[in-house]
Amino acid sequence: MNDMRILERAVQQTDIKISARKVQVYYGEKQAIKDVDVDILDKTVTAFIGPSGCGKSTFLRCLNRMNDTIDSSRVEGKITLDGEDIYDKRVDPVQLRARIGMVFQKPNPFPKSIYENVAYGPRIHGLARNRAELDEIVEKSLRGAALWNEVKDRLNEPGTGLSGGQQQRLCIARAVATQPEVLLMDEPCSALDPIATSQVEDLIDQLRSEYSVVIVTHSMQQAARVSQKTAFFHLGNLVEYGDTDDIFTRPRDPRTESYISGRIG
Amino acid sequence: MSDATISAGAPASQPRASLLVPDARTRKRNAAEARFRAYGLGAIIISLLALVVLLFTIFGGGIGAFRQTYLTIPVTLDAAQLDKSGNRDPEEIKKVLTLAYGKILDQSLQAVIAQNGIAIEGIADKDVSNLISKEASAQLRAQVLADPELIGQTIQARVLVNGRVDGFYKGRVTMESAARDSNTSPAQLQLAEALKDKGMLATKWNWSFLTNPDASDQRPEAAGVGVAILGSLYMMLVVLFLAVPIGTAAAIYLEEFAPKNRLTDIIEVNISNLAAVPSIVFGILGLAAFINFAHLPQSAPIVGGLVLVLMTLPRIIIPARAALKSVPPSIRDAALGVGASKMQSVFHHVLPLATPGILTGVILGLAQALGETAPLLLIGMVAFVKNFPAAPPAGLFDPASALPVQVYNWTQRADPAFMERASGAIIVLLIFLLCMNLFAIFLRRKFERRW
Repeated sequence: MNDMRILERAVQQTDIKISARKVQVYYGEKQAIKDVDVDILDKTVTAFIGPSGCGKSTFLRCLNRMNDTIDSSRVEGKITLDGEDIYDKRVDPVQLRARIGMVFQKPNPFPKSIYENVAYGPRIHGLARNRAELDEIVEKSLRGAALWNEVKDRLNEPGTGLSGGQQQRLCIARAVATQPEVLLMDEPCSALDPIATSQVEDLIDQLRSEYSVVIVTHSMQQAARVSQKTAFFHLGNLVEYGDTDDIFTRPRDPRTESYISGRIG
Repeated sequence: MSDATISAGAPASQPRASLLVPDARTRKRNAAEARFRAYGLGAIIISLLALVVLLFTIFGGGIGAFRQTYLTIPVTLDAAQLDKSGNRDPEEIKKVLTLAYGKILDQSLQAVIAQNGIAIEGIADKDVSNLISKEASAQLRAQVLADPELIGQTIQARVLVNGRVDGFYKGRVTMESAARDSNTSPAQLQLAEALKDKGMLATKWNWSFLTNPDASDQRPEAAGVGVAILGSLYMMLVVLFLAVPIGTAAAIYLEEFAPKNRLTDIIEVNISNLAAVPSIVFGILGLAAFINFAHLPQSAPIVGGLVLVLMTLPRIIIPARAALKSVPPSIRDAALGVGASKMQSVFHHVLPLATPGILTGVILGLAQALGETAPLLLIGMVAFVKNFPAAPPAGLFDPASALPVQVYNWTQRADPAFMERASGAIIVLLIFLLCMNLFAIFLRRKFERRW
């Protein structure tokens, strides 16, 4: 919270990438998300913070319809990407997920080579016409994930043989390779040590220039370090959403204040 | 703040026991552990002993089936008896029955005995002619029909001797037992010994056990597992081509695609129940559905195969589902996260990881089907089948036997020589099963990947 960088980063962007209105999520009878309204800006890092079980990951997974894979889940309300309702009947979630990439909590590379991990997305979406183009995408993505220099000589070795931090950056490279517009990250650093964490955080900051990044995190320091916008969730409600420095320095809601000062959560 | 409670909680009054002397509680605990280890070791020793005894009896009784006693004598194929017209017309030659060939063999053996001056006291003509197996004349006839030019020549014929004489060289028959036996006599055995001395009779490795079809009750020496191996092979083909794709597809659908509701719950329970249904019930089902209703031929590998498919399906589905379930969900998320469709995530990522488990289940299911007897008895595969089935697919509808059924069949017969054949067939079956299990282990090792 004492990170001085917060103050240096004003939000320049005003284009709304994703807009959520009156979003309700149910798991069976249980309501996990209540009346969430949020506008996620383009080329901005937005952090979702809140205590465990507050629904921030659930809400994140609504944004690329990963909740569809859970049978009992039900989403109400409206979420739009560039003004188009992503829960419209005509939307194919597969196409949506190609535009909204996702990085998960635990690094989950495919048990294939590093090259194949990154090439998989472009391959199934037909982004490369030949091997040379695919090579180019793989290199660009790995460079984008700040991993190229470490793995360029062993692209054919299994991705699972990398260290945890490298694996997570490989997963980011894999997500970036499909050329998404939004990148969702679900606690991407929770399984990493501090050094790997700072590498991934630096990377997130770089990614901001091309993508809209949404990150769920347990660590308030991390939210303060990497994000420009922060949303605080509590018990399924979006309590407060605003510029990161406002949330951390001048919270309006007493619950936000108690959470960031360590009294709840 | 917690430091205070720790120091306050320790009882100060008790004297500290030495670490070098275990206290009563520890001794009791250690004794219990030692006892448990002894039980475990004992259980393993008992099962190993049982296995050793089993293998010893089977191999002791069955190894003889792989050796066979043959008599090699010059046989003059007399044209006057075998081809009266003299024009070597195959149709004419076919009219001469095995009886004539038997006579020729008989005459040849008599001639050999006379030439070598073998004189056995009290030997009857019947003993001499019975020395040669009844199957031998049929084999000689087949040889002549295949090559009519042999007629008129004198060939060195290698012919089977009767089962009792064969048993004498394998230790099954003794002079004492022969004296009480109406099918042989001590004199016949002495004749065999005399022929052996002249180098005409020898016990050799017996390939024909693996290639011959079954033989009738009086000719155990000619019986082989050829038709049974072929029948079992055909049935395995049917199982492989039906049960494996159907089973894996069902497992993939149920595990990855099917909604989780009451209907799929019921299906799941019923698959588990089917795996526990006694196999003979599947035999009755096969009899009713495939033979009585669909009018497929009896004793045919297609029917046996279909019954085994029904029986094997749950045994393939259950391990395949377990293998799919054991693939970490993070892999599915990863694939969906980069925009793969459900099917792409399953076929590109989940299935390759589940392959070793699925294959192991498939092979163990096949191995179980290979050894299954009861359902096959009900659909008529227990019949005596002398003719080889044709090549598949037409051969699938020809009558055939199966290895386990052949074993069952032979143990029912009176002649003790068939006991030896049955054990031999069990050895063949065990070797097949062993190979399949080794293959399963090999596949698991080959495809196993860490993630």
